[in-house]
Parts: sequence; C-alpha cells; structure tokens
Amino acid sequence: MSEIVRVEHLKKYFPVQKSVLEQLFTRKKKSVRAVDDVTFSIKKGEIFTLAGESGCGKTTTGKLIVRLLKPTSGRIYFKGEDITQLKREELRLLRRKMQIIFQDPYASLNPRMTIGKAIGHPLEIHGLARGEEKKGKVLEVLQKVGLTPPQQFMNLFPHQLSGGQRQRVALGRSIILEPEFMVADEPVSMIDVSLRTTIIDLMLGFRKELGLTYLFVTHDLAVAKYISDRIAIMYLGRIIEIGSKESLFKNPLHPYTKALLSAIPVPEPKKKREVIELKGEVPSAINIPPGCRFSSRCPFKKDECTKTEPELVEAEKDHSVACYLS
Amino acid sequence: MNCSTPSFRGEIAKLPLLEIDSLAVDYRTSRGTVHAVNDVSFFLEKGETLGLAGESGSGKSTLGLSIIRLVPYPGVIGGGQIKIDGRDIVALPEHEMQTFRGTKVAYVFQDPMISLNPVKKIGAHFVELIRTHEPNVSKKEAFERAKTVLKNLGIQPERINDYPHQFSGGMRQRIMIGLAIALNPDLVIADEPTTALDVIVQAKILDLLESLRKAYQMALILISHDLSIILERCDKIIVMYAGHMVEYADGTELHGRPAHPYTQKLLQSIPNIELSDQKLTAIPGSPPDMLNPPNGCRFWPRCSCTMEICRVKEPLLISIGRNHLVKCFLYGEKGVQSE
Ligand SMILES: Nc1ncnc2c1ncn2[C@@H]1O[C@H](COP(=O)(O)OP(=O)(O)O)[C@@H](O)[C@H]1O
Ligand SMILES: Nc1ncnc2c1ncn2[C@@H]1O[C@H](COP(=O)(O)OP(=O)(O)O)[C@@H](O)[C@H]1O
Ligand SMILES: [Mg+2]
Ligand SMILES: [Mg+2]
Repeated sequence: MSEIVRVEHLKKYFPVQKSVLEQLFTRKKKSVRAVDDVTFSIKKGEIFTLAGESGCGKTTTGKLIVRLLKPTSGRIYFKGEDITQLKREELRLLRRKMQIIFQDPYASLNPRMTIGKAIGHPLEIHGLARGEEKKGKVLEVLQKVGLTPPQQFMNLFPHQLSGGQRQRVALGRSIILEPEFMVADEPVSMIDVSLRTTIIDLMLGFRKELGLTYLFVTHDLAVAKYISDRIAIMYLGRIIEIGSKESLFKNPLHPYTKALLSAIPVPEPKKKREVIELKGEVPSAINIPPGCRFSSRCPFKKDECTKTEPELVEAEKDHSVACYLS
Repeated sequence: MNCSTPSFRGEIAKLPLLEIDSLAVDYRTSRGTVHAVNDVSFFLEKGETLGLAGESGSGKSTLGLSIIRLVPYPGVIGGGQIKIDGRDIVALPEHEMQTFRGTKVAYVFQDPMISLNPVKKIGAHFVELIRTHEPNVSKKEAFERAKTVLKNLGIQPERINDYPHQFSGGMRQRIMIGLAIALNPDLVIADEPTTALDVIVQAKILDLLESLRKAYQMALILISHDLSIILERCDKIIVMYAGHMVEYADGTELHGRPAHPYTQKLLQSIPNIELSDQKLTAIPGSPPDMLNPPNGCRFWPRCSCTMEICRVKEPLLISIGRNHLVKCFLYGEKGVQSE
C-alpha cells in the first residue's frame, strides 16, 4: 500500500498567558507542548488511530495535518507533497481532498442552515455545482448517510435531529467533495452506543466505496480496536507506542499502554481484572518531566529513564515502542 | 397507575433497604408532559450494588434523584411509592427529607463542581456537612473525621486546607465520594461518577467506591450509560429505555440470557477489548422524542420482533425467572413464555 499522509517531527507549542507578575520577573517563555515531536505515516486505504487520554495531543495533531493549525515545527506531506507551508488558495484546494469531522456535530453545524444547505455548502464554496445539479448531489449524499427519505431531511434544521443523525449530516457534508483523506476526531464519543455502530459502519463503508483513508482520533480503546488497522498511543504530546492493531493489543509493550489497556471496562459480569497501578496523574503539558515523559508515573523507572528521552524503536514487525525497558 | 405489582415481592421475608413500587415521574413542561420514569418497581437490600444502565434521556438520573426527592423543576413524582427502611418518602415533609439525605441516602453527581463551593476549603465542606447533621460534634472533631475520610480516599490529609480548584477532576470526584460517605449512609447513588474522566482515573475511582462500599457496608446504585462498567461492578442490573424499566436481572443472567430485544441488541453493540474480529450490530432508528413517545412498547419502532400488540399496548413488567423481570410481549402477556 502506498503512503498518503506523512508527518515528520511535528511540534505544536501554544504560548501560555503569563500573569503580570510573571511577566515582570521571568523572561522565560512558557508553552504548552501539545504535540511534541511526532512522526508517523498513514497508508492509503487504512484506518490509522491516535489514541490516548484527554489532553495528550490527539486533536491538535489532527488539526495540524489538515492545516487548521500551523505547526511550530516539523513537516506534513500529503501524497508526497509538502503541505506544511501552503498558502490560502492552495489550502482551499487541499480541503477538497482532506476533510475533518469533530466530536460534537451540533457545534459544527450552523443552527440556521437546513440540512440540505449544510451538506451542499462545500459544493458552493468550491464552485463545483449549483441549482438542480447540487440538489441532486445532496439527495444522493443524504441517501448514502442513511438520512431517508432524503427529500424530507433536506428541509430540516439541526435541532430537529438526534445526535446520531447530526453526525450523519457532518459525515455527509465531509464526503460530498469525495475527499481522499479524512480526520475523524472522536466522531462517536458523544453518541449513544445504540447509534454508534451505524456511524462506524458508514465510515467503514466509505472506505470501501470511496477509497477513503482515515485518521481516527479516540480516547476509547475498545472502539479503536474495533475500527483500526494501526494504532498509535500518545502520552503528553508524543507517540509512545505504535503498531498494528493485532500486535499492539496482543502484546502491549509500553508500561503506559499496559496500564491503559488494563483499565478499560469489559462488558462481562463481575470481571475481575488486575488494573496496573500508576503513580499520580498525568503531569501538565507545560512542565513535561525530563527524559522519558512517562517516567514520573512509571512503576518500572530506572536511572536512565530520567536522563534522555527514548526514541520509538521497532520491537517486532510493524510494532515500535519508546521505552528503555522493552 | 393501574400497573404491575412485580411478582418477586413475595420472595423476600425481611424488609429491604429500598423498595420502589410503580414509580412514575413526570416533567410537566410548557411543551407537554415528559413521562421520564414510568412504572418502575424494584427493591434493594443492604449492601447490594444495583446498576442503572441505559442511554442518555432514558430516565436514569430522574429515577436516581427521585430517591432523594431532588427531581428538578418541573419534575414531579406522579405516582407510586419509594420506601426506605419501610417508610414511604414520597410525601415526607422537606425538613424530614433533609435528615434523610446524607445520613440514609447520599448522591454523587457527575460534575463535582455542582456540589463543591469554589470559595470554600475542602475541610469546611466536611465540617459543615457533619455539623449540620450532628450538631453535637465539635468543629475540631469534625475536622479530624474529615482528615480520616481524606486518608481513606487516598488524598493527603494535609490537603484539607486546599480549595476545590486546586484538585484535579479525578481528585474532586474522590472528594465528592468522601462527602457522600462521611455520614455513613446506607445507600450511595453514584450518577455517572466517572463519565467525565479518563479510563485510568475511572478505574481507580470505581475501585475506591467499591472498597469504601464494603468497608462502610453501604448499598450502591451505580448509574451509567456505559453497560460495561455496570456489568463489571454491579450485582443486579436495571436496563432503562425511554423512561421504561425494560429488564431487571442479576449481571450474569442479564449477560448470559438477556431477554428484552433492546438488552440483546445493546449487548451486541458494545465493543469488547478482549475479543478479536468482533462484529457489532447496529440498532436501527433513534430513541423516541420523550414528549411524543410511541404508543405501546416504547422500543417497538426499533425492534426486530415487533408484533401487533406491541404497537398498541404497553407490556407489563413480568417475571421470567428468579430475579429476572422483563417488559416485553415476547414473553406472553402474563409472564408465561409463549412458544
Ligand atoms: N488553543 C490552545 N491553546 C493552548 N493550549 C491548547 C490549545 N489547544 C490544545 N491545548 C492544550 O494542548 C494539549 C493537547 O490538547 P488536545 O490536542 O486537545 O488533546 P486531546 O485531543 O488528546 O484531548 C492539552 O494540554 C491542551 O490543554
Ligand atoms: N428539568 C427537566 N425538564 C424537562 N425535562 C427533563 C428535565 N430533566 C430531564 N428531562 C427529561 O426527562 C427524560 C429523562 O432524563 P434523565 O433522567 O436526565 O435521563 P438520563 O439520566 O438517563 O440521561 C429526558 O427525556 C429528559 O429530556
Ligand atoms: Mg480531542
Ligand atoms: Mg443522567
């Protein structure tokens, strides 16, 4: 399979507002290291997942890739082309190929725009279709995302739909331009479980039908396991383990991944599990511990762990980990 | 309400801690009445854990809040009984209810900041709570008791002088649990206590809740939209759908022999991290608009087993085995399974 997206040493630091006193007494600029040197590539047609606890930098990474945010440093390639520095007009063209959908479909839909208008909007922006042609395409998309009968849904407003239906609208709007790549940021996290499968099935269907490639972002590893081909686990802005779904779940290597997996509830009665205990809580992305950023919580910490940061090293086929212990 | 008296009532001899009979809770809004809880009956014994599972809007919080009589306006208890230690609290005067809350039944909300006062130190929260209910306890004594509770929560007792915002979300939820158990109630209702938290913190909090429950010999009602958590942590489970209690069973039974089509489908739509090549099935359609629910069984528009009767008549909650109730016509109209 060929590569469609590649990021190299991607970083995004957000400046921290200092208080007046701090401004007087410290020169040092503080920043939130939201994404802190991330490198990976996504193959055409696969579902690649960024997983990890909230605040680890998943959303920021997704936004950087579709260029909704400007990276502090690093490179982003789309189909071999460096898109890190693209300007307005070029970005507009890129948006036809790359789309992003978010967790809260309500927030991303204009409450005063009918469903039909919302879905057809991208066609208008890009000057691709108008009038009857546009309407035809919108009806087709409504059908595709299962909002049937489409004629009826066309004229509804977002507040008249359920959360699951709104996410279908968001999906419809993002596929109408027939993109090649989509960032799906927690698309089912706010949707009730009975409606999730439908959304996931739709996404899987588009991969087949439209040849769509996904960067899937989730904090829910059970969903990640169901949907992904490959998974990267992030911690405090970095990928600490990456691999095929099979080997990552069968043989998690990083102590953090192990802890994370051990904490996931399993839908079986009174299942007794050994939850791996971690010390304390996730440190702030402003004060990342030196050396391995997980060392402050790691039950297996050695001296070298606090000195230099471990790099991702291939441990088995298609499975790499950043840890001195494995 | 002319509805069921569940047939399991005769099975128990001693007085249960909590007994709810044909409870109905309505929200009388300007746009119409939402029957948020309809014909709910169950009981809970001392020390038991009961899980309330169901999707958002299914009536879990309304049911939970009615047990401490804190259903928000415009909600009213429209019928039925809620007995705690045999005493019906539905018509209890508010001042008596206040002593009930905290000492008999305590509630843990999803968002700790609702109940924590941002300008009050953590210690003051405990002292006030303890002294309101036990006026004879000195400030100093209450303070010491609070420190002990903090220690049991895994929080350094020195932090008793910190303000709520100085704690992380997980720590704040621990404090909430601490406040709930401070007066040693018989029942704690935890309403989505970990929904806003990450899984590692969630596991810790649920473990804490479980160990405290055992140590203080309390009963627990755990409310969650996440059936995985409920299955993992509870003895008995109620599945709610659109204000109806559609099934009640112990966890093993519910998991092994789910009876209601909704429960069956729900179990098939939850990803399980321990399985590979799992195939999830979708439930078609959406939950109903609660101002305008379908007639009959509220699940019929989404059910693959719908019969004529389901569209017109509301099924009764019937017993289909020991401690197993279901609200579905597939099991006959009187509780005898039809072949
Ligand atoms: N616009 C912003 N300004 C400052 N900090 C931000 C901004 N966006 C995100 N962050 C911070 O960056 C880190 C990563 O956030 P995010 O990418 O949203 O994580 P995730 O999606 O994994 O929950 C967090 O510490 C977050 O608070
Ligand atoms: N304050 C309120 N006013 C009007 N309707 C309400 C109010 N609170 C809840 N409801 C309605 O009652 C139903 C049940 O809500 P709730 O008990 O909060 O469900 P759950 O906790 O299962 O998500 C929902 O349909 C909801 O819209
Ligand atoms: Mg995010
Ligand atoms: Mg609720």
